[in-house]
Amino acid sequence: MGLLSRLKQRLFRWQSDGTGGFRLGQRRVFIIPTRGGLLFALALLVMLIGAINYTLALGHALVFLLAGLGLTGMVHTFRNLYGLLITPGRVEAVFAGETAHFQLHLGNDRRVPRLALELTTEAGPAVVTDINEQDKSTVSVPLAARQRGWLELPRVRLASRYPLGLFVAWSYLQPAMRCLVYPPPIFSPLPLPRPIAASGERRGDAGQDDFAGFRERQPADSPRHVAWKASARQGSEQPLLIKQFAGGAEVELQLDWSSTDPALPAESRLSLLAGWVLTAESQAISYGLRLPGEQIPIAGGAAQRHRCLAALALFQP
Amino acid sequence: MSTPAREALEHNATPWLFGVAALTTAPHFLHQPYWLSAFASLVLLWGFRLWQRDLRLPGRWLMIPLVIVGCAGILFEFRTLLGRDAGVAMLVMFMAMKLLELKSRRDAMVVITLGYFLLLTHYFYSQSIFTGLWLLTATWLITAALVRLHGGPASRWRATLRYAAQLCLQALPFMLALYLLFPRISGPLWGLPQDALSAKTGLSEQMSPGSIANLVQSGEIAFRVHFDGPLPASDKLYWRGPVMEDFDGTTWRQATARSAPERVEARSPPITYQTTLEAHNQRWLLALDAPTTLPADTFLNSRMTVNARQPISQRQRFQLAASLDYRFNPQEAPAVLRRNLLLPSGLNPQSARLAATWREREKTPLAIIEQALRLFASRDFAYTLQAPLLGTDAIDDFLFRSQRGFCEHYAAAFVVLMRGAGIPARVVGGYQGGERNPLDGYLVVRQSDAHAWSEVWLEQQGWVRYDPTAVVAPARLESGLSNALPFAELPPALVRLRSDLMRNLRHRWEAINNAWNQQVLGYDPLRQRELLARLGWPDADWAKLAGALAVACAGLLAVVTAWTLYQRPEHDPALRLWHKALRHLHRRQVNCAPWETPRALARRLDSERPELAAAFDRVVEAYLQARYGKVPGDLKTLRERVAQLP
Repeated sequence: MGLLSRLKQRLFRWQSDGTGGFRLGQRRVFIIPTRGGLLFALALLVMLIGAINYTLALGHALVFLLAGLGLTGMVHTFRNLYGLLITPGRVEAVFAGETAHFQLHLGNDRRVPRLALELTTEAGPAVVTDINEQDKSTVSVPLAARQRGWLELPRVRLASRYPLGLFVAWSYLQPAMRCLVYPPPIFSPLPLPRPIAASGERRGDAGQDDFAGFRERQPADSPRHVAWKASARQGSEQPLLIKQFAGGAEVELQLDWSSTDPALPAESRLSLLAGWVLTAESQAISYGLRLPGEQIPIAGGAAQRHRCLAALALFQP
Repeated sequence: MSTPAREALEHNATPWLFGVAALTTAPHFLHQPYWLSAFASLVLLWGFRLWQRDLRLPGRWLMIPLVIVGCAGILFEFRTLLGRDAGVAMLVMFMAMKLLELKSRRDAMVVITLGYFLLLTHYFYSQSIFTGLWLLTATWLITAALVRLHGGPASRWRATLRYAAQLCLQALPFMLALYLLFPRISGPLWGLPQDALSAKTGLSEQMSPGSIANLVQSGEIAFRVHFDGPLPASDKLYWRGPVMEDFDGTTWRQATARSAPERVEARSPPITYQTTLEAHNQRWLLALDAPTTLPADTFLNSRMTVNARQPISQRQRFQLAASLDYRFNPQEAPAVLRRNLLLPSGLNPQSARLAATWREREKTPLAIIEQALRLFASRDFAYTLQAPLLGTDAIDDFLFRSQRGFCEHYAAAFVVLMRGAGIPARVVGGYQGGERNPLDGYLVVRQSDAHAWSEVWLEQQGWVRYDPTAVVAPARLESGLSNALPFAELPPALVRLRSDLMRNLRHRWEAINNAWNQQVLGYDPLRQRELLARLGWPDADWAKLAGALAVACAGLLAVVTAWTLYQRPEHDPALRLWHKALRHLHRRQVNCAPWETPRALARRLDSERPELAAAFDRVVEAYLQARYGKVPGDLKTLRERVAQLP
C-alpha cells in the first residue's frame, strides 16, 4: 500500500462498528473553494484594481465587504457539515441488477437547518437532502448491485456548498454497511412437486404457518393433532376437532441444485433456482432448497424465501 | 463528478436572479443612453416571460446577433467598447443577455458575480451616503439570491433573507478591518480613459458676459475649507482660479505664454487651512490669495494660481497656507506688462476716449483707478443677473447704455478702462466668500460664490487687487450673493437659503455629508498614516500593514468561527452531565447509538469494555435517578460519578 493511500485510509476511515452513530468532527471536514468561488475571487481582484484606479472609496468598501462575506461563507459552509450525526440504517436485500439503497440517518442537533447536503458514492448518482433544525432525516444512498453476494457500501462523499457556493465542504464516510444481493432470478416452470407423504410431517413447520381454524377429525388423522381443549368445549357428542393451518401447501417442493441443467454456467443455475424460489413463494407452495453442501428444510413464508435466496447469493460453487 | 441533474438551475430560484439583474442595472438607467435601458428592460422582461411559461431559451442563432447588435450600438454611442461608460454599458448588456441563457447553476453564479461587479460601477457616478446605504442593501439582496441558489427547494424566502443578513453582518467587521488596514495605494494605476472626466460645473478657462451669471445659478458645492485658526473676514476671502489676460472684445482667455516666475512676498503671518475640492476637471486649486505654502505635486504659476499637475477629477484634499497681505511681482517682466495693456483694436471707442481723458488729466495711476471706481459708484449702475445682451462694442454698451451687469461685466469694463489709461490690468476668475456651517465649522464655497475681479499692476506694489463689484454692490462681499441681489432675481438654489429653518436643515445635512466625505471617502494613504500614527504606530509601512491585516483577519475569523459553531448548552443539567459522560465514552471509542437507552448501553459495555463498565453503571444509575427518580435534581451524585469515570 502506498504512503498516500495509507494516509487516505487513515484520514477517511470511519472507525465505527457499524451500529453506533458518528459525529463529524472538525478533522473530518475538508473545505476548498469551488469554481464559482474562484470566479468570485477573480472578480474581487478586478474590482479592487478598478477601485484603486478610479479612487473609489466605496468601491474599496464593497470589495472588502465581499471579501469578508467570502470568509464568513467559508465558516458557514463548514458549519453545515460540522457536528452532523450520522447513523447507519437499514439495508434491504436486492436482486442483482437492481439498485441497493443504503439508509443513513442524519441527525442535526443545531438550532439552524442544514440544507443541500449531497451524498455521492463514486459509482452512484448524488442524493440531496435537507435537515431542519434539531431534526433527523433519513437518506438512501443508491448503489447499483451488479453481482450477487455482499455489496459493501463504498466510501460516501458527503458534501455541501450551502450557503454561498463559494466553498465546498466535504467529508468521507465509510460506515460498515453491506447489502445482500440475491442472484438475478430467471423464471421458468417449477420442477415437478413431490406429493405430500403425510400431513403429520408438517408438524415441525406448523409454527411458520397461520392457524386457520378447526376441522372434524378423520380416522386417518393422528391423535397427536387433536385439539383437545377445543374438542372438550364442544361436548362429548361432537366429533373431535383437528387444528387446521392456512397456507399449508398441498404440495411440497424440493428445489435442488442437481435438478438444474448441469450444462449451464453456475450463475445461471443459481438464477434458475432463485426464480423457482420466487415462483414457489408466489404460489404459496412450501419448498426446501438443496445445494451442494447445504440443505434448507421445507418451509414457506418470507423468512424461508430470504433464507433460500441468501443461500443462493452466498453460494460458492 | 458533477452530474447535469444536480447542476441544473432550479426553476423556483430563477426569479431571484431576475431580481439581481433588475436591482443592479436599474440605477444605471439614470445616466446611460435610453436605447440601452430599453434594450436591457425588454430582454429582462422577455427572459422573465420565458421563465413564467417555462419555455425553451433562445439558442445561439438569436443570442449572437443580439450581442452583435448591442455591441454595435455601444460602439456607435461611445465610439469605443472600452473606457468607463462604454464598459458599464457592456456590463449592463451582458447582464441582460445572460438572463436568456440561464440553464445551469454555473450560469447563475455568473449572473451573481456580474451583479456584484455592477454594484461597483455605481460608484463612478455617486459615492454619497445614500449610495453607501444602498451598497449594503444591494449586497444583502444579492447575497440572499446566492443563498437561495444553493439552498435548494427546501429554502424559505424569509429564512433566506434572514440568513443573508446574518452573513452580511458577520462580514462587516472584516470590511472595517480591511478598510482601515489594507495598504492604500493612490490611484490611478494607469492613465484614466478620457471619459473618466465627464463635464462638471465650475469655472472655465475663459470668461464672457453671462458665463459667471450662469454659474451662480447652481447651489452646488465647489469646495469646503477648514481654517486652523479663526475664520478671516468674508471680504478678504478671494479664492483664485484662472487669470485671464487675452481679450478679443467679448471673451477673456487665459494667457498661454510663459513668463518669469512669480515672486510673492508675504506681509502678514500665514493662515493655514485645508481645502477639500470637489472634482472640477481643471487644474487650479482655488487657493486663497496669496498662497505661501503649497501641497506636494502642485506649483504656483506666474499668475499666482496654484495648479495641480493633473486635472482634479475627484474630490481631493489639500493643505495650504495663505498670507492675506502680500506683495506680488513688484518687478514684472516687460512682456507681461505689454500683454496686459493690449486691447482689441477699433472696438469700444467711447471707453477708449474716457480712459484717454483720465490719463491726460490724472497724474498717478491711483487717481485713475479712483476715477474708475467713482464712475461705477456714482452712475446708475445696477448689480443684476439679468444683464441685457451687448453688441460688438460690448464694454461701451455696458458702460454707457445698459449699465446693468454682473461681476464679470464690471471686472471686464474696469480692466478695459485701466488698459486704455495705460495701467497694466487683467481679469481674475475664482470664488469669493463662502458660508460657514456652524455645525462643523467648515466654510462651504458654492458655485453661487463664483466671482470675477480685476488686478492692476502698480510700480513698487506689483499686482494689486481691485474689485469693482465691491463698489456697486458692497453687500456681495460682506454677506454673499443672496443679499446682494433683488429677491425676484435670486436663483432657486439661493432662495431657499433665506428661510432660517431650511438653512439650518441644509447646514445639518451638509455637515453630515462633509463628515462622510472627510472621514469615509477621504480615507487615503495620508489619512491612513495619520490614523496609524495616532494609534501609536508611526512608521507603518506596506509589509507591516499586511502583517497587521493578516493578524486582524485571522482574529476576526476565529471570532466569527467560534460564534458560528457555538451551540447553546442543554437546559436540562442532568442531560448535560449525561452528554458529558457520553463524550467521555466517545474518547474511548465507544459510541452510543441513538436508539440505545442508558441501561442498554451499560449492558453493551459490560460485554465489550468490562474495564469501563463498573464506573459507567454507577453513572447510569445516578443519571436515571436524577432525571426520572422520585426526588429529581440530585445532580451532585451524578456530577461526582461522571467525574470519576476512568
